[in-house]
Amino acid sequence: MVRSNQNVTHNSSLYKKPFEESFEETPLLVAVLTYMGYGILTIFGYLRDFLRHWSIEKCQVAREKEEQKDFVPLYQDFENFYTRNLYMRIRDNWNRPICSVPGAKMDLVESVSHDFNWTFEHTGRVVKDVINMGSYNYLGFAENNGACADAAIEATEKYGVGVASSRCEMGNLDIHEELERLVARFLGVESSMAFGMGFATNSMNIPALTGKGCLILSDELNHASLVLGARLAGSTIRVFKHNNMQSLEKLLRDAIAHGQPRTHRPWKKILIVVEGIYSMEGSIVRLPEVVALKKRYKAYLYLDEAHSIGALGPNGRGVVDYFGLDPKDVDIMMGTFTKSFGAAGGYIGGKKELIDYLRCHSHSALYAISMSPPVAQQIISSMKSIMGEDGTTLGRQLSENTTYFRRKLREMGFIIYGNDDSPVVPMMLYMPAKIGAFGREMLKRNIGTVVVGFPATPIIESRARFCVSAAHTREMLDTALEATDEVGDLLQLKYSRREQPLPSLGWMAEESLLQD
Amino acid sequence: MTSQFKIATFYLYRMRQSWTTYLKELLEIVHYFYFAPAYHLILEGILILWIIRLLFSKTYKLHETYKLTEKEKEDLIEEWQPDPLVPPVSKDHPSLSYDVVTGHKITINGKECINFASFNFLGLLDNERVKQKALASLKKYGVGTCGPRGFYGTFDVHLELESRLAKFMKTEEAIIYSYGFATIASAIPAYSKRGDIIFVDEAACFSIQKGLQASRSFIKYFKHNDMEDLERMLKEQELEDQKNPRKARVTRKFIVVEGLYINTADICPLPELVTLKYKYKVRIFLEESMSFGVLGEHGRGVTEHFGVNIDDIDLISANMENAVASIGGFCCGRSFVIDHQRLSGQGYCFSASLPPMLAAAAIEALNIMEEDPEIFTVLRGKCKHVHKALQGIPGLKLVGVQSAPALHLQLERSSGSRDSDMQLLRTIVEYCLERRVALTLARYLEKEERFLPSPSIRVVVTVEQTEEDVHNAVSCIQEAASAVLK
Repeated sequence: MVRSNQNVTHNSSLYKKPFEESFEETPLLVAVLTYMGYGILTIFGYLRDFLRHWSIEKCQVAREKEEQKDFVPLYQDFENFYTRNLYMRIRDNWNRPICSVPGAKMDLVESVSHDFNWTFEHTGRVVKDVINMGSYNYLGFAENNGACADAAIEATEKYGVGVASSRCEMGNLDIHEELERLVARFLGVESSMAFGMGFATNSMNIPALTGKGCLILSDELNHASLVLGARLAGSTIRVFKHNNMQSLEKLLRDAIAHGQPRTHRPWKKILIVVEGIYSMEGSIVRLPEVVALKKRYKAYLYLDEAHSIGALGPNGRGVVDYFGLDPKDVDIMMGTFTKSFGAAGGYIGGKKELIDYLRCHSHSALYAISMSPPVAQQIISSMKSIMGEDGTTLGRQLSENTTYFRRKLREMGFIIYGNDDSPVVPMMLYMPAKIGAFGREMLKRNIGTVVVGFPATPIIESRARFCVSAAHTREMLDTALEATDEVGDLLQLKYSRREQPLPSLGWMAEESLLQD
Repeated sequence: MTSQFKIATFYLYRMRQSWTTYLKELLEIVHYFYFAPAYHLILEGILILWIIRLLFSKTYKLHETYKLTEKEKEDLIEEWQPDPLVPPVSKDHPSLSYDVVTGHKITINGKECINFASFNFLGLLDNERVKQKALASLKKYGVGTCGPRGFYGTFDVHLELESRLAKFMKTEEAIIYSYGFATIASAIPAYSKRGDIIFVDEAACFSIQKGLQASRSFIKYFKHNDMEDLERMLKEQELEDQKNPRKARVTRKFIVVEGLYINTADICPLPELVTLKYKYKVRIFLEESMSFGVLGEHGRGVTEHFGVNIDDIDLISANMENAVASIGGFCCGRSFVIDHQRLSGQGYCFSASLPPMLAAAAIEALNIMEEDPEIFTVLRGKCKHVHKALQGIPGLKLVGVQSAPALHLQLERSSGSRDSDMQLLRTIVEYCLERRVALTLARYLEKEERFLPSPSIRVVVTVEQTEEDVHNAVSCIQEAASAVLK
């Protein structure tokens, strides 16, 4: 599908540095071939289903119990058509088990399939030192030795591993309180609260903040946890086009002017829900414009910094730091500890009244188990490392790696989506066969990448996604780039048709000096 | 005009012609078009374009004929005042002052107490073996997994834990989630969609309620543990189905129950449920968070307790945060059912996987459970003992069956308002805390629960408690009750 570039920056006076994003249009021939590819696969899918139904081909799909054959079928046949016939063919690109730290290099468990991906067997061998371009390890804290690991070992010995009670009852440890004070200091807000799971942070707290009679304006490409939280809240949800401020403003004006549907009563609250970095597109939210809109129309802003906390900004404080804005402008700052801190869990930061309210009314505080102590300790040590010592080294290393990697990929002629500063780099593949081929070819060259297709992305826009990490050295990036180049030539992935105005290396050095 | 008239009459005659003459007539039409005057063709062209435009233009909505002017919009935007983001919370709301707990000898606010409040049924929170295994895993894998299961977040530890759980529960397959609350809340919406029907017990816990809400199905509540009520509802549904068989053929029906209810501390009548299942063709989802590792000869839960064949239950879901003393949850059952969640369980696909050290701790806990099945008999004995000891406290009534490890103590006579009841119970809890017995109030979200249970004190039995501890605690509670509830 051709996508017009509607994400043009208006109000560029709000931005302190240039905001470069690009989503190159799909070439028409590629789009046509991709549709044809899916069409052929669908026809073959029907053929195989037919053969399986008439027992000409052995059926390896799991079957319902004999005694329950006359129950209403648990799955509609068509729901699983895509899974049975398209996903199964290239299933070996996902769920690859690893047996080491998910750092810059990892060890994969070798698994083979003798029946075309229906079952897998572990051969017992380990593929060593695969360059990891798939894990969300932006600042390189996924490690099993060093100060963070030692502190986590101490915490395990002191507290144990489990907690067995919710925050409100008997699960509030002193380490949780220390963590929350540290997170509040890190973000620059009054107070914060930590939860045991990032996904659950969204799905359990948005319902506590909004309810019936409120309006949630959510971005088109928001994460599943935000969508689930908004649905569970019971508020009216309206979707604006991805990162498009005109669409958001129009929705705001119409909503306030017309009120609730049918009764036209005024809305109780309006909540704008956006993410810091969108991981499938690699785009960064236009935060200065969103904050300006929020102030003008008196709405509240919920910012989900799952990927951007730690990874963006000169001090690693996330997208607010990247744009140089005041953290107090964002009403609810939410984030997760899984990506940049090498732990698990989520947090919400904001004003003291907000956090006090959440302590009493969040579903997680009352019903769900609190965070495990060694995980909390890992967050504390990694956060102190980002704040305390040479915090800028990590962030600096990451942004240099990101700029280098993106520039090189663009020079080679691939279509890369997203903002120039985002460490998530989606590279377009489009055709269904290339999804499987790319994943496998890169693995042969000892590089682990992530490929994504339908339904996580629109059907013809399948992509490979690289996650650059501060732990990657220049050599590792060069190896990965060489391999991508090779595979790109082999599979003809270099779709980009724009001319490359190549900046000279001297400009790069100057730019990094300016950032000081 | 003559040519137009000719074309009109032509059409009238066409219907009587045969195919060969039809072709001849067609050629004549072309001839006429070629020789028709220009204005005529232009007029016809404009008419056709007008028709096309009318077909594609938006329909005229009568009820939105008004349009606000820009000035009116600006005024409305200026005037609108939203509610504050959060309503103010009173300063002495109980949740604002949590007890600070340190370590697992349970030091609360500086005082060392005996723990009657955490769900540490098998005493594994402090177990050295579990800690050592977790440390070994930490030294190998680090803490976090940095990714969801699909993208290099699957560790060999996860696969091992899943196969161990499946073997322990004697099912085909198991799937792990990284958070206990998210387990059943993601499992239910993966199978039950809009238009399906779910029959749930009234005393279902909050995570089940959230799962039901996310599924958008029709929810029908039956009275707690009342099989006749359930059968009545199933019969009604059967009559409905007979009226509309086509719809009934695609409407899935489920029963969701808990093995051991957390809110009422009693057990569901599983054998009757299984008979109802086959009689009315309804699938059963069983939530075993409290009964896994507690009921049954080997700790396999309520199916072992009643001797029901585990294949008869479509899905068993449990969390590993109570008896297993780790973090996370799992679902187990036949591959036909469980495999579906690997692509449609939201908490599985879109969330980071369980940290490997917590999975290693769970594996070691399973090892301990398998090596020493005596531990369940000991726990059952202690539960019986505590149950007997807590009977007959003046002013408080005990809610729960003999084999339940987490009991409730409710007020015999309510004072009328929930707040004052809670206050009385809190005073009892604080009294006990002073004397080094750690108890807690059972906490609920008052406005969100569907059937709010009465205020109560939660008393948890663990294998670590000695007879003396129990005796101490009971006398403490008795003193507190007589002091507070005159």
